[in-house]
Amino acid sequence: MIAMLLAGGEGKRLGVLTKDLAKPAVHFGGKYRIIDFTLSNCMHSGIDTVGVLTQYQPLELNRYLGIGSPWGLDRSDGGMAVLPPYVKSKGGDWYKGTANAIYQNMGFIDRYEPEYVLVISGDHIYKMDYEKMLEHHKELGADVTIAGLEVELKEASRFGTMHIGENCRVTDFEEKPKHPVSNVVSMGVYIFSWKVLQKYLILDEGDRKSSHDFGKDIIPRMLEDDIRLHMYPFKGYWKDVGTIDSLWEAHMDLLGAEPQLDLGGDEWRIYSARHNRPAHYVSPEASISDSLVTEGCVVEGVVERSVLFHGVEVGAGSFIRESVIMPGAIIGEGVKLYRAIVGEGAVIEPGVVMGSPDSPDIAVVGSDEKISRSPKLQEVEQP
Amino acid sequence: MINKAMGVVNLIHETDELEGLTSYRCPATVPFGARYRLIDFTLSSMVNSGIHKVAVFAHTKYRSLMDHLGSGRPWDLHTRQSGLFILPPASDSIQELSRGDLFHFYQHRDYFQRCKLEYVVVTRSQMVCNIDLDAVLDYHEQMNADVTVVCKQQADMLGGKTRKVELASDGRVVQMQDHFGNMDSSLHSMEIYVMKKDLLMDLVQTSLAQGQDHLVRHAILSRLDSLRIYGYLYEGFLGVVNTVESYYRTSMELLRPEVWRELFFQPGSVYTKTKDEPPTRYLEGAMTGNSLIANGCRIEGTVINSVLFRGVHVGKGAVIRNSIVMQNGTIGAGTRLDRVILDKESSVEADRDIRGAESMPFVSGKRKTI
Repeated sequence: MIAMLLAGGEGKRLGVLTKDLAKPAVHFGGKYRIIDFTLSNCMHSGIDTVGVLTQYQPLELNRYLGIGSPWGLDRSDGGMAVLPPYVKSKGGDWYKGTANAIYQNMGFIDRYEPEYVLVISGDHIYKMDYEKMLEHHKELGADVTIAGLEVELKEASRFGTMHIGENCRVTDFEEKPKHPVSNVVSMGVYIFSWKVLQKYLILDEGDRKSSHDFGKDIIPRMLEDDIRLHMYPFKGYWKDVGTIDSLWEAHMDLLGAEPQLDLGGDEWRIYSARHNRPAHYVSPEASISDSLVTEGCVVEGVVERSVLFHGVEVGAGSFIRESVIMPGAIIGEGVKLYRAIVGEGAVIEPGVVMGSPDSPDIAVVGSDEKISRSPKLQEVEQP
Repeated sequence: MINKAMGVVNLIHETDELEGLTSYRCPATVPFGARYRLIDFTLSSMVNSGIHKVAVFAHTKYRSLMDHLGSGRPWDLHTRQSGLFILPPASDSIQELSRGDLFHFYQHRDYFQRCKLEYVVVTRSQMVCNIDLDAVLDYHEQMNADVTVVCKQQADMLGGKTRKVELASDGRVVQMQDHFGNMDSSLHSMEIYVMKKDLLMDLVQTSLAQGQDHLVRHAILSRLDSLRIYGYLYEGFLGVVNTVESYYRTSMELLRPEVWRELFFQPGSVYTKTKDEPPTRYLEGAMTGNSLIANGCRIEGTVINSVLFRGVHVGKGAVIRNSIVMQNGTIGAGTRLDRVILDKESSVEADRDIRGAESMPFVSGKRKTI
């Protein structure tokens, strides 16, 4: 089985955080990027050939992926291949949709003559053994297996929902329904028997009305044709971090005595490209509780229920609560942050207050932005 | 950037008064600074100064060294050309093994002869510093010196053992003495020697022919008059880590933010083997102050004036003060540590109370359970 990893997501809903960055390259969990989770899953599942389909703002992502060494994918046979859209003799095209992206790379897949193809996306945070899913696929003699998990019904409209019949057979699939009936949603993890997928990719490409998307076009068409579509029930943590709110929530899920997602432990460790920073320094006045702190940080203030990425500095007298501070951001002295996401390399000047303990809104600061004290605040403090 | 010098990290007969810390490893791989090994500092300085061919003369107990260095990837020494060479003693006899560094250089003379670079920079692993060696080579050429030795002016070497040096006003070395001598000087040799490769090869041959086999003690000390030997004054942070006392006191120096900012970043970063540990987790009730903490720790108790290496677990109510806990140490709930050095994979059961003496920290060996 080989994996095709869709990493072209623009991540519009992440706003300033994806201004110069593809969504899979967005920082997550103190030292990782979102795509590390799927790549580490591949590694632990024994998948040694991964095509990474990139499109939007690929520079930083491509540089990050390199030849795949952190995930054991720097191999002479197979390994990682970054697959951007390219120009052919008859002209070229951007990837028009998820299915089209795979269609344009059928040549790559055929090189390896795989029996099965795993299609995954680089936008999700979860730990999953794809090998077990493949066993399930083989056991049921499926043509297609979609990993699914149960969510609260009101959440389901954000995802593709599945109706499940006997033996995990998928009887109906609706992409982002307005009024969901089923609470079993697709995780965007598919295993296809390659011959079947190939046929439908070609069919879909010929359909001018199609949006060339797996959830919207390929899967419904397969259902119509009565292809053997099964669901693989996944138990465990899974989060789509496509919005500011969900990105923040997913970080909070890493905290607490029994976190919903535990990054520790030796099994199923998540790998990321190397960082070379010294151990973090905590000053005598600092206080840190219920938080994640990464190497290279200097903490001189109070940090509660927050995640500090590598190289973050928190000035003396600052108070940071329920916030996510991305790599290299500098928080000046006497700053107060509540429920904030501060982008990579941003500078929060001394005395700034952002967010409020009473508001559920998440304050966001873009990468390399500089936030100064507003004149209004200065007036208040200088009577 | 230097592209005319090769590096030699000389681990042969390094001063070793590190007691339990070197029971199972050579001094070069003693864990230091929450996530490094001593040798990382000299290797990183070399690489940051543009030296891309480095030979490490291993001597004894070098399994941990081979494991740590691997192909040299963390230091970008895994290149197609040049790169990292580990050269263990090429000898079968015990007597030969104990001979001086010049003998071992001679055994590996092919390595030197094949190399086309003009200069050699010979260093030791125990000098913890971040130095621009390019500036040293510039000085060497400017002074038209035969040998340049890097020196550091410092009144209190924190218990580290060094050779003392005395310089003339023009920088020429007039006197130099081994650490057990009685010379009264606050100028210390950092055991970094720059010279032409041909001169080193010449010193190797002539000294061995005269029955002398130590580079500094014999070849250099006996030629203070005949060779132009100059001292280059290094201004940055230096720790000489070759005794338990200096290990402890130098580690505690790292808790000064200005030292942290200098040693680990200026003029270049310090590289080490990566471990892919997650960020450190502080739980509710954790208290920390004035400490250096690596990734992968889990802190439920109190940590003050201490250095925690990767993957240390501090149980609820445990209080760690003035201590160093190496990789994967586990400190049981309610346990108190004060002035203790715990080697890798140590485990202290719940509600213990361990204290070192004021003048000497308590050192516990690798994989011990207390």
